[in-house]
Amino acid sequence: MEEFVLIMRHEDGSKLASPEQMQSWMKQTMDWIGGIAAQNKFVAGTGLPFEDARVVRPNNVVTNGPFGEIKETIGGYIIVKANSVDEAVEFAKGCPVLQGEGNSMEVRKIAKGDGVH
Amino acid sequence: MKAIDASVSLQRYFSFMEQELIPHLFRTEFRKIATVLCKHFGIAHIEIAEDIASDTFLLAVETWTFKGIPENPTAWLYSVAKNKAKNHINRNHIFADKVASQIKQTASEIQETEIDLSDRNTTDSQLQMLFALCHPSIPTEAQIGLSLRILCGFGIDEIANAFLSNKETINKRLFRAKEKLRMEKVQIEFPGEAEINKRLETVLTTLYLLFNEGYYSESQDTVLREDLCSEAMRLTRLLMKREQTNQPMVKALFSLMCFHSSRFKARKNENGEIILYEDQDETLWDNELIAKGGYFLQQAAQGNKLSKYHLEASIAYWHTIKADTKEKWEAILQLYNQLLITEYSPIAALNRTFALSKVKGKEEAIGEAEKLKLTDNHYYYTLLGELYRDIDNEKSRSNFKKALFLAKTRTDKQVIQKKIDASK
Repeated sequence: MEEFVLIMRHEDGSKLASPEQMQSWMKQTMDWIGGIAAQNKFVAGTGLPFEDARVVRPNNVVTNGPFGEIKETIGGYIIVKANSVDEAVEFAKGCPVLQGEGNSMEVRKIAKGDGVH
Repeated sequence: MKAIDASVSLQRYFSFMEQELIPHLFRTEFRKIATVLCKHFGIAHIEIAEDIASDTFLLAVETWTFKGIPENPTAWLYSVAKNKAKNHINRNHIFADKVASQIKQTASEIQETEIDLSDRNTTDSQLQMLFALCHPSIPTEAQIGLSLRILCGFGIDEIANAFLSNKETINKRLFRAKEKLRMEKVQIEFPGEAEINKRLETVLTTLYLLFNEGYYSESQDTVLREDLCSEAMRLTRLLMKREQTNQPMVKALFSLMCFHSSRFKARKNENGEIILYEDQDETLWDNELIAKGGYFLQQAAQGNKLSKYHLEASIAYWHTIKADTKEKWEAILQLYNQLLITEYSPIAALNRTFALSKVKGKEEAIGEAEKLKLTDNHYYYTLLGELYRDIDNEKSRSNFKKALFLAKTRTDKQVIQKKIDASK
């Protein structure tokens, strides 16, 4: 069993959702994570709110959020246990973020602390 | 005629003594005497405390049977227990003086010892004892067993019955646990501020399991089962009496216990067979306990820690509303999602999938259920049997049959057999 991080990528993080949309999105996300947790494959995860986002660059340059300058931004991530990358991909397919056009999920294996990976 | 009357009233008297007064006093006073003495002597002498408490009751039965019940039976018990304790200390003192004079205990120290059986001290001692018995060094089932023995005054027979085990096993288990407490030199005291939260979680787990032991026990003894539950509730209440332990998660656990016990009368029929939630007669639910559960759940809504007891109590709250509404099952599904994210358990996974079927329909739930792969769990096949009902009755029946094969207890087998019969 290995651990994978499933990263939710939004095409445009500055788009504002209505409270109703937010609530429905939250519910769907919880159902998605609940389904993974029910298989005892959920490790950890969190949403990353866009408010108070900062980008820090060399020479102490700090800007508000990544919006505008780069196209995609990260909305949250979860870490899952999976037997293979294919299983992790199956989990990622269920993420409600994919309902938004242009959004994507990035699946990455977590490096083991064994000095090899 | 008179002789018969006398013997009848004597019989009544004896049966009152044996069936009501003594068991009642035993339940309420044994634990106080045992814990106060144990606190006094230290955990290394836990057996002495148990013995003195038992001897006190033995003497009560012998004396009261012939001389009548004293005016204040509790005071009588306390004074006998105190004397026995003092005698024990004196004997020990003589031993210490003459045989092991190197033990540094002066006579004045011993004379000053007063066994304090006041309300305040019995409550504190019981709480401190609860923390001592739930020491992380001993296994959970021994923690429950010892708590039942020392804090609830249960006999070894009753503990064996509750665990569906035998006296010998329980005796061994408790003996080993006492040895361990001695070796670890566990103190009977409140853990320090920093440690109390960590230890409180173990205490709550023990109380939660103690309650479940009563609620789900296979034991045919209804009174015993209800006693286990009410003892768990009593000890939880004790925690709520002290500021350091009156924490939101304690209130949440108490709320959960209230909601569950509100269904006590409705969940078994007169033959001791389990009645499933949807078939229960809700007029048998105890509204007072439901209201109490609601009150403490509200009280528990403080602080920023959402414990699994908060989630389970909230789920139990929704179950006190019998009507099947979309709102109810949506709420239950979200709570199970959170519960599973906090802490995985197979039963929460299965219950979550059942809630999912109520919200999103059986087809979607079947897909999710089959991913659970809990193939050694009869509840898993029972759930699949339920989900396939009216969709594929053949599959429904075959799943119920697998469940029947895996089920171990009589009650579970009965419930599943009924489902198989109904599916024909």
